[in-house]
Amino acid sequence: MALFKAREFLYKGFSTFATNTKICVVGSGPAGFYTAEKLLKALPNAQVDIIDRLPTPFGLVRSGVAPDHPETKIVVNQFTRVAQHQRCSFFGNIKLGSSISLLDLRDLYHAVVLAYGAESDRTLKIPGEDLSGIHSAREFVWWYNGHPDCRNLNPDVKATDTAVILGQGNVALDVARILLRPTPELATTDIANHALEALQESAIRKVFLVGRRGPVQAACTAKELREVLGIKNLHIHIHEADLVKSPTDEEEVKNSRIQRRVYELLAKAAASGPPHSDAGRRELHFVFFRKPEKFLSSVDKKGHVAGVRFEKTVLEGSIPGKQIARGTGEFEDLECQMVLKSIGYKSVPIDGLPFDHLKGTVPNVRGRVVSNMSGDSIQLEEGLYVCGWLKRGPTGIIATNLYCAEETVASICEDLDKRASSSSFSSSPKPGREGLIRALDNQNVRVVPFSAWEKIDSAETRLGSLKNKPREKLTTWEELLKVAME
Amino acid sequence: MSLFKLSRTAGVRMIKELFIGQFLHVTKATHIRGPFFKYLRPLPQAQVQMLQGFKWREQRLYSTSGPQDGCKEENDPKETISVTFVLKDGEEKQIQVPIGMSMLEAAHLNDIELEGACEGSLACSTCHVIVMDTDYYNKLEEPLDEENDMLDLAFGLTEMSRLGCQVIAKPELDGIRLAIPAATRNFAVDGFTPKPH
Repeated sequence: MALFKAREFLYKGFSTFATNTKICVVGSGPAGFYTAEKLLKALPNAQVDIIDRLPTPFGLVRSGVAPDHPETKIVVNQFTRVAQHQRCSFFGNIKLGSSISLLDLRDLYHAVVLAYGAESDRTLKIPGEDLSGIHSAREFVWWYNGHPDCRNLNPDVKATDTAVILGQGNVALDVARILLRPTPELATTDIANHALEALQESAIRKVFLVGRRGPVQAACTAKELREVLGIKNLHIHIHEADLVKSPTDEEEVKNSRIQRRVYELLAKAAASGPPHSDAGRRELHFVFFRKPEKFLSSVDKKGHVAGVRFEKTVLEGSIPGKQIARGTGEFEDLECQMVLKSIGYKSVPIDGLPFDHLKGTVPNVRGRVVSNMSGDSIQLEEGLYVCGWLKRGPTGIIATNLYCAEETVASICEDLDKRASSSSFSSSPKPGREGLIRALDNQNVRVVPFSAWEKIDSAETRLGSLKNKPREKLTTWEELLKVAME
Repeated sequence: MSLFKLSRTAGVRMIKELFIGQFLHVTKATHIRGPFFKYLRPLPQAQVQMLQGFKWREQRLYSTSGPQDGCKEENDPKETISVTFVLKDGEEKQIQVPIGMSMLEAAHLNDIELEGACEGSLACSTCHVIVMDTDYYNKLEEPLDEENDMLDLAFGLTEMSRLGCQVIAKPELDGIRLAIPAATRNFAVDGFTPKPH
């Protein structure tokens, strides 16, 4: 509501002040673009600049969304319109903290919104985690999606018979699907070429999706589950015993539509007949109530993972939605040659930014960055905001960012409004875009504007059309920058 | 932005031609298809439904006799139905929606702020609307699994929730009222517990 009031206020009586509100959004994923879009709408005279570390925009829509989910990527049409808005600009290849410091950026703009997501991973902190053959799901996803930072991950799918995926969320399911889908089906997606070639030679026959809790608590959504269960020539293994629900589980299923539907799909898959062993077929095993204890090292291949030791678990607690897995002291080894940890992303802190290392997010109140929260008084970082995963942690879907951005933008509007009426520093002019370009120029940073991304885009589309793919991604920094600067 | 506006205006024009000017002699279907199909290209699910409506309209366009022809079941066929959107701020906006058109498309053609991230391809939940009257809700076709999958993730889901891209105008829906759910301002504070990945 306040957003609308603020907007109305700015529309009506405030044309003079708002002419030059300069706002910078750091990060061009869904959170960044939705923030920019809402800022442009709420502040009719604001200039909004979006910067990104990569030469390419769209964040996880490009490097996170699975290649076989083209419909999910359609949102880039909307983001492209935002970037082409006359009061908006995109500048790629700018790394906050090295191309320009947060302090300098805040000097240049009236408001800075950090929406740079979560580019690191949670770790298990168990023995053997650094063995080769163990990757985070994020790295694996970046690899098959052609992110230039994981171009050389080279997961050894050729020498892997069994892969274990730790976690049962949508990322885990995406990864399982990419490993198990017949490659001819992937060949017509925008999957990175190096990944497609590797997967075509994949020896993976079995994939285990392992969760600490039960089928009722599986963190995936029905769509992704339905897809993985529907893969051609794939045997699904689920222990019927795992499907037994406790009274608390019953309550959880009753209260949550999404959990109910996920559970029903799993139960249906488990009931759809015992798989007759059929040599060539690939297998997907859902393993519940197992918590990783340690990674086992290979005897023949030194330093490489050879398996995972799991501890069996039982659920504890009687509050629906709050059950936790407790180890039973009973262990079990699972042999494998590859492990993908899909246990959550983590944001990366930068200099000069308050950071909650425990949660891996920036402390904030409705998107306003909090510098100090001692007792009752909350101290805010003036003109500094967060949105998306950096603000609320690495969960949710693209659309979650819509509401997240709405909230942050409402806070920005309220604050600008307040500061304008008290005529403090923020209503004074700021260099904004010109200042940014000047500062980057002094640092010899090669900025990639949206028009340069469009060159990359058309080069990729052209390369893709030769192979019947929607695009063939350029996957190295060199290639990307070369095409951008042509 | 301007491009989008342009294509939208083109869309409006086409719709006018289609639904108001039904006596127009269209010799080639491609004339009609241009903008419509451009918009519909990435819409597998909606496409089917829209196409049904579309073929029906085509028939009417080709027919030389009156407009009554195409619609046998209805005694009083209407080309458009009246739909009221209750916007996020509570304001109401009544629009006329051509039979066969999705509420998402209709909202966009009428500058109603209904998000449509996946442009109607059943891959997001951003065009979530709440049907405000049970009778009307019951007149809608049952949601497909795919729509339910997306509704699972819709913000502020209710028993009467649907995706705007899957609600297709038909005569029985004349007078339907659809609310666009508002994001409560304390989104991150209460009511929303993020699920672990």
